[in-house]
Amino acid sequence: MLSLGLDASAVGWKLLPVLLVFGAVLAVVPLLVYLERKVCAWIQNRVGPNRVGLLGPDGLAQGVLGFSGGGKRILGGLLQPLADAIKLISKEDFIPAQADKFLFSLAPFFALLPPFLTFVVVPVGADLTFGGTTVPLIVADLGVGMLWVLSVSSLAAYGVQLGGWASNSKFSLLGGVRATAQMISYEITMGLVLLSVFMHYDSLSLREIVQAQATYFDPLLGRLAANGLGSWGVWHQPLAALLFVICAFAENNRLPFDMPECEAELVGGYHTEYSSMKFGMFFQGEYIAMLAMGAVISTLFFGGWHYPGYASVAAASPNLAALISLAVLGAKVMIFVLFQMWVRWTLPRFRYDQVMELGWKVLIPLALVNLVVTALVNL
Amino acid sequence: MANPVEDIRQIAPKATSLATQSLALNLGPQHPATHGTLRFKMELDGETIRSCTPEIGFLHTGFEKLGEYRNYNQFVVITDRANYLSPLNNNIGFAIACEELFGVTVPPRGQYVRVVLAELSRIADHVVSVGLQAMDLGAFSVMLWAFIEREKMYDVFEATTGARLTTSWTRVGGIFRDVPADFADLVRGVTSKLPPVIEEIEFMLSKNKIFKDRTVGVGTLTREQAISYGMTGPCMRACGVAYDVRKSRPYLCYPELNFEIPVRTEGDVFARYLVRLEEMRQSLSIIEQALQKMPEGPVCSVDHKVALPPKDLVYQDMESLIHHFKIVMPGHGITPPRGEVYSCTESPNGELGFYLVSDGTGLPYRVRIRPPSFYNHQAFPAQVEGRMLSDAVAILSSMNVIAGELDR
Repeated sequence: MLSLGLDASAVGWKLLPVLLVFGAVLAVVPLLVYLERKVCAWIQNRVGPNRVGLLGPDGLAQGVLGFSGGGKRILGGLLQPLADAIKLISKEDFIPAQADKFLFSLAPFFALLPPFLTFVVVPVGADLTFGGTTVPLIVADLGVGMLWVLSVSSLAAYGVQLGGWASNSKFSLLGGVRATAQMISYEITMGLVLLSVFMHYDSLSLREIVQAQATYFDPLLGRLAANGLGSWGVWHQPLAALLFVICAFAENNRLPFDMPECEAELVGGYHTEYSSMKFGMFFQGEYIAMLAMGAVISTLFFGGWHYPGYASVAAASPNLAALISLAVLGAKVMIFVLFQMWVRWTLPRFRYDQVMELGWKVLIPLALVNLVVTALVNL
Repeated sequence: MANPVEDIRQIAPKATSLATQSLALNLGPQHPATHGTLRFKMELDGETIRSCTPEIGFLHTGFEKLGEYRNYNQFVVITDRANYLSPLNNNIGFAIACEELFGVTVPPRGQYVRVVLAELSRIADHVVSVGLQAMDLGAFSVMLWAFIEREKMYDVFEATTGARLTTSWTRVGGIFRDVPADFADLVRGVTSKLPPVIEEIEFMLSKNKIFKDRTVGVGTLTREQAISYGMTGPCMRACGVAYDVRKSRPYLCYPELNFEIPVRTEGDVFARYLVRLEEMRQSLSIIEQALQKMPEGPVCSVDHKVALPPKDLVYQDMESLIHHFKIVMPGHGITPPRGEVYSCTESPNGELGFYLVSDGTGLPYRVRIRPPSFYNHQAFPAQVEGRMLSDAVAILSSMNVIAGELDR
C-alpha cells in the first residue's frame, strides 16, 4: 500500500502529517472521555461505564447482528463515548432568550480550535521517507514554534470569556471573569518559563528542540552521547518543567484550577447555559487541550518523539524508526493525560483569590529566578 | 431645574473611583451546593458577598400539622422524613419524647439496641457530611468513598428495621421487633472496616494544603456567637462549647457508656470537619461498648396498655388479645395523660427536640419539632458576609443543613 505513495507528488505527502495529526487527535478524544470515566471510577471504587460495548450481552454486535459473544462482556463501555456523542447531538440546542446569539454560538469554536492549532507545530515523529521523498511528521515547522503555541493557547481564553459573557447568566459571567483573570495570570508565568527554555535550547522551533534533546554530553564517556534519557530538558530545566506543568493545569482549567467551572458554587461556570453539541465542543476542547499540553510538555522537557536506541533503528530502517517514534510520543502524551486525570480526581480545588496568589506571588517570582539563573548559566 | 453642567462639577470632585454596581445573585433553590432546596439572596461585590439573606420553606411539608392528625405511633413515619440523612436518630428522639409523656420505660436491651443504631446512624450522617464537604471543595472522590461506607451501614439498617431510609423503627415503649440474631456481627462487620476509611479521608484532606487553605479560618464563629444563635451539635462544639445532650441531659443508657465529647476552639470550617471525624471515632467506641454490655430480655415495654403484646401471646391469651385490639383499633389506641413534655436528644446535627402537648386523647394536641438545622442555619449570613462566594459553599456544607428538618 505504501508503494502507491512512490508516485504521489510531494504536495500530496504534505497532507499526510495533517491527516495523521488531526485524525489521531479526533480519534483519541472519545477514548480519553472513556478513560477519564474509567480512571475516576477506579479511584472512587466504582465500576465505571461497562455496558455499551461491542461484544457481550448488551453490546452493539448483539443489537445489530444478534451476536451475543457467548454472554461475556468484552471491553464493555468502550462505546460509551459514542452513546454520549449521539446523546449530545440529538439534544435540544438551546440558546437562552437574553443571550447574545452570535457570540454564544461563536464561543465553543474558540474553545475547540486553539488546542487543535497547538498541534500544528508539534513534531509527532521522525521523518518518513518514501522513495526519494522525505515526509517530516510535523504539520508546519514554523520558525516561531513555541510562540505560536503561546499565542493560540491565549485564544482559548476567549472561548471561556465569550461563553461566560454571552450566556447572560450570572454564574456564567462569574466563571468567565475568573477564567480571564486566571488564564492571563498563568500565561505570564508560562511565557517566563518558556523564555528560559528558549535560552537553554537556543531555538523556538519545536523540531529543533526535539533534536537538541537527541544528544547530550555524557560525563562518563567524555563525549556527546546520542539518544540518552539524560538529554531530556527536564534534567536541565527542572524548575521550568514543574512550573510549566502547573501552568498547563491552569491553562486547561483542570482541577485544582477549575475556577471557571467550579461546579460546586458556579453550577457549570461558563458553560452553565450550553447544551447539545455546543456543550460538546467545550467538552471536546478540554480533552484536546489536555492532549495538546501533554504533547507540548513531552516535546519541551521529555525528549518529544525521541527514544533511546533511535539512531540504531533508524540506521536499519528509517520508516520503522519513525513509526516507533510516533508511538513513543503517543505514550508520553498519554502519561501526562493520565497524570492530569489522577490529579483531578484526587485534589480539592483552590479558591479564586488563592489561585491568583499562587500565580502572582509564587509562580511568577520562581519563573523569574529560573530565568535569571538560566541566563547566567548560558552567558 | 438646575444646570446639568453645574451638577457634574459638583459631583466630579467626589467621584474618586469608577462607579460600580453590586450583583444580586440568587443562589438556589436549585443549586448544586445547597444539597436540597435552600435559597440565598446574595449581594455580590465582585466575588465578595456583601449581604446574604437565607430564605427557607421550599421543602415545607407540614410535619408539625400532620402530627395533630396521627397517633403517637403513626407519627414515627413522619419523623423519618425530617432529617433524611439520619432517620433513625429522629425515630429515637421522637420515641423518647413520647415515652416521657406516657411515663413508660424501655427495657435495658431496647435501650442498648437503640444506642447502637443511633450511633451507627450518627456515623452514617457524619461520614456523608464530611464527604459532601470535600465534594463541595472539589475532592469528589472522597465523597464517593464516604457514600460506600454509608451504604454498608444502611445494609445493617435494612437487616434490622426492614428499610434503608424510611426506617420507622421505634414504637412508644421500645422498638417493634428484636434485632436479628447476628446483629452484633452485622454491626461489627461495618464498624471494623470504618477506621481505615476515616484514616484515608484524613490522609486525603487533613494535611492537604489546598483543603486547609479553603477551610482554616473560614466561617469562624466565636463561642458567644454560637450560643447566641442557639447553635448545637458539631458546629457548636467546634466553637469551644462542650454541649452534648448525651452528657448534659442523659437519655437511654448513655450514662453507662464511656465516651468523650470532642471540642475544638477554632470555630471554623476545618474545626467542624475535625470534630465530626473525632465524633465518628467516639461513636465507634460507644457501639463496641454497647454491643459488649448488651443484656438479654425484651426490647419493648411490657406495659401492654402502651406497647403491643408479643404476637404469639395475642393468639393464646385473652388478656393480650384485648390489649392488642385496644391499641390497634381506631377510637381506642394508646392515650397519654394530659400534659406537655419537651424532650431532646443529640442528633448528628445537634439538639433535636420534640415538644408534645397532650389533651388526653389518642392524637397529640401539638407536635413541635426543634430541628438543629433551623438554629444552625441562622448563623449562615454572619459567617459568609464579607467573604468570597466559594467560602459560602464551604461553610454551607460544613453546617450540614438538611432542608427536610429545616422546613419541617
